[in-house]
Amino acid sequence: MATGADSIIRTADGVPLKTSLRRATARRRVRTFLLVVPILAFLLITFVFPVIDMLFRSVDNQIVSSVLPRTTLAIQSWDPASEELPPDFVYEALVLDVQDSFEDKTLGRAGRRLNYEQSGVMSLFRKSGRRAKRITEAPFKDQVIAIDNRWADLEIWQLIHQESSKVTASYFLSAVDLQIDYKGEISWKAEERRIYLFLFYRTLWMSALITVFCLLLGYPIAFLLATLPSRHSNLLLILVLLPFWTSLLVRTTAWIALLQSEGVLNDLMVFLGIISEDGRLQMIHNKFGTFVAMTHILLPFMILPLYSVMKTIPSSYMRAARSLGASPFTGFVKVYMPNTVPGIGAGCILVFILSIGYYITPALVGGRTGTFISNIIALHIGETLNWGLAAALGVILLALVLLLYFLYDRIVGVNNMKLG
Amino acid sequence: MKDLNLSIETGEFLTMLGPSGSGKTTCLMMLAGFEPATHGEIYLNDRPVNKVAPHRRNIGMVFQDYALFPHMTVSENLAFPLRVRRTSKADTEAKVKRALEMVRLPAFGNRRPAQLSGGQQQRVAVARALVFEPDLVLMDEPLGALDKNLREEMQYEIKHIHEQLGVTVVYVTHDQSEALTMSNRIAVFDDGVIQQLASPSALYEEPENCFVAQFIGENNRLYGKVTSVEGSYCRVALDGGGTVFARKIKCEGEGARTILSLRPERVVIAPAEDGTDNSIVGRVQELIYLGDHIRARLAVAGNDEFVVKIPNTERQVDLREGMDVDLGWAADDCRALDAPGQGAQAG
Repeated sequence: MATGADSIIRTADGVPLKTSLRRATARRRVRTFLLVVPILAFLLITFVFPVIDMLFRSVDNQIVSSVLPRTTLAIQSWDPASEELPPDFVYEALVLDVQDSFEDKTLGRAGRRLNYEQSGVMSLFRKSGRRAKRITEAPFKDQVIAIDNRWADLEIWQLIHQESSKVTASYFLSAVDLQIDYKGEISWKAEERRIYLFLFYRTLWMSALITVFCLLLGYPIAFLLATLPSRHSNLLLILVLLPFWTSLLVRTTAWIALLQSEGVLNDLMVFLGIISEDGRLQMIHNKFGTFVAMTHILLPFMILPLYSVMKTIPSSYMRAARSLGASPFTGFVKVYMPNTVPGIGAGCILVFILSIGYYITPALVGGRTGTFISNIIALHIGETLNWGLAAALGVILLALVLLLYFLYDRIVGVNNMKLG
Repeated sequence: MKDLNLSIETGEFLTMLGPSGSGKTTCLMMLAGFEPATHGEIYLNDRPVNKVAPHRRNIGMVFQDYALFPHMTVSENLAFPLRVRRTSKADTEAKVKRALEMVRLPAFGNRRPAQLSGGQQQRVAVARALVFEPDLVLMDEPLGALDKNLREEMQYEIKHIHEQLGVTVVYVTHDQSEALTMSNRIAVFDDGVIQQLASPSALYEEPENCFVAQFIGENNRLYGKVTSVEGSYCRVALDGGGTVFARKIKCEGEGARTILSLRPERVVIAPAEDGTDNSIVGRVQELIYLGDHIRARLAVAGNDEFVVKIPNTERQVDLREGMDVDLGWAADDCRALDAPGQGAQAG
């Protein structure tokens, strides 16, 4: 300091005041931090790391190069566009790799990975694995082709060449129904194999419609909750919250019991003569079932933010509007509704985001036509074990949610959102 | 609400004054149409309005919490009553501009209510209730949320706006100084009944019953029994000893219990011989110096809370606590009123 040491203000024990203050705030900061360490650690381990892992898995492609290290190295010297089979030393590398990996039982993993891109590779690898140990000396090419003449096809070598790099875009491309060939050209998959874009589209429009249903059903209830005397509104609030205390599975299966063709609703309509015995309606395991069950399950997430916002709107607003000459309807539309926009925004974004990632209900009541993208992700995680594709689909879903949130922030403003 | 019969003149500033729960706000809400009148008729300009919906009554209203619409700017708030009346755009703009000038906020049209101070919001609320030229403006404790200085400033402002526009105002408050400052007439409410309806000075000078005397301004009470009636005056024997000659306002004849009401500033300390109608001795309990006057608390006829305001003038008497002094007052200033809940009980 230019004015000299004496101008520094010191505390009673001679420490400069600045230092002393900094120490005190630092201590407080450490204490605050220690309080959140457990939850932070919990979230890191159970949420952040898995998400990061998922991000890596969606582009990770180390299986082929780790199972077939010699082959993937050797094939780099071959030009996949050359219309010629790779030279003999590539076949030699393949034989050695297959012998090794058959021994330590990793060959199947590479086979499954390549099978995602081209069906039949799995069985080719299995067959070659069993027979490759008999090949011991050159020339390798003919002996390998003798095992299975698919080794004489250019496609399999083009595929191995393409998938020998450690990262790949092929999961992401598949997730949007695209494919890449050995030349690096991207093209649409065959018509009958395009499913994901359609599922994304269905997930989005069905979620949007579910959000609209929730808003239409939830708004009047929230309004009642906020305006009724507390004696009645407390009871109503309990009714709104009741679903939260019931298991999700119970609620979903209850809809199955109600809506199935031998279910309560159909029986009632047959009994009342509205429909004939043969004309029982199919109301479950299709889109209709998903709409009904999802709207019911997500309704509280719409009502509660709306209610919390409406609760803060003074009753004098409506009275003022009416005293100023607005009819009850005009007053409601021009004064009350604009003040509930933060609640509408919060409820809609909450329901929509929950909805596009919803899994259990569409899985149970959606049938073939009412399932969401999350159901196909679950399928790839649990059954086909194509985790890379599942991860890519998950990343796209995550990006979609973030994009929508960003748009919402641009249009409505997140600060205008009120959750309670 | 019981037996309410109230007629308000055009251009009048009428205040309903009373403690909370006395029915004044209910009365206002009935006028506005937010509370149904269970029986009886309400007329506005000779038009019965009982069955008219609030938005068709053409009554402006100012609320205690202002009720400015937060999603609209100040101008939009002011334009709202005009817009729902389908006033032309040019007309609306002119009226909004004039209203903003009236409340001295011409530059605030584009602000949101949340960006204004409490007093400014209050002015906008007043302007909004007036901008559509209503037949009647109701104000429900509009200054209740403001601090003391601002409240006084706003009292004058509302009073001046009222004088300028000549609009009829019904104002509700529980603050008596507010009522005295602004009103042409004040209706004092208690227990759902108008206790007295009179001009501010008449309410203070000539309260008609014990509640009004007590509620408006400061008041000394002396309990006693009427011993004789002499025309419009009566003689009262105080419970604590002594006799007082008082104006008979609202008490039964001989033998009835009464409460005498006496304003603190009408009591004279050590009056000249035969200078007053009444003379009684009191003992000084406490003296408080308040600059322009001295406030003395005395024990008079068994009442320890007898207050006298002594103006700080040259001829003031030197008082000490514990001293006995002569007090005097005119019979006209001492009003014999009803004795609610006193019955035949003594003391």
